[in-house]
Amino acid sequence: MVVQIEDSQLVKKYIQGDERAIEALINRHNSRLTGFIYSKVGDRELTEDIFQDTFMKVIRTLKRGAYNEEGKFLPWVMRIAHNLVIDHFRKHNRMPMYNSKESYNIFSLLGDDKLNAEKQLIKEQIDSDLLRMIKELPEDQQEVLEMRIYKDMSFKEISDNTGVSINTALGRMRYALINLRKLVEANNIVLTN
Amino acid sequence: MEKLYTKDQNKTKLVKAKSETIQFLLSYSKSLNITEVDGLQFESNLN
Repeated sequence: MVVQIEDSQLVKKYIQGDERAIEALINRHNSRLTGFIYSKVGDRELTEDIFQDTFMKVIRTLKRGAYNEEGKFLPWVMRIAHNLVIDHFRKHNRMPMYNSKESYNIFSLLGDDKLNAEKQLIKEQIDSDLLRMIKELPEDQQEVLEMRIYKDMSFKEISDNTGVSINTALGRMRYALINLRKLVEANNIVLTN
Repeated sequence: MEKLYTKDQNKTKLVKAKSETIQFLLSYSKSLNITEVDGLQFESNLN
């Protein structure tokens, strides 16, 4: 007789550090989740991408200890997948629309793209807020971010300069951005002009 | 009456994520590390 461990038990084991538990969870819900995503997007490759993003989000949430045990695991995962599907469609439907009627206003397409005095002040404030937050990042992430954004270096050049692999540099950049977003949220800073 | 079986087996194939995708997720899980400093959580990926 095969005894199947419940999802909640596997989640608990995973949070405690048992990596085999997440493998069991992914394999258990693989076909159901894939079928669910495929039914919405109708494309194999896209399904694969959304499946991957869904479980990356699941893994991050569980590792951060932010998973709420009240709900059931599978419905929670399905909800994440559903939101990612919606995000995908939103992103791809966003096309600029130009009205070609007679009332068409050329100035909606052409304009002076220089910032006015007020916007210039706001931009300076944003730049200084951003710099302050970059200083709070771990040193290795700060280094890669400065080289990439401020010095406009390629990841190959960053890798040569810092002595780490390109993949590590890419990873550091990714985490620098993730952590920056968290700092923005934590400090309630609005970075828009 | 003729049986209504589809000729194209691929169309009835069970949809499942590829093993490469699963392997990527397992490696991602192993490499992801979360550290908490002063109430802020930082993610790092140990390659």
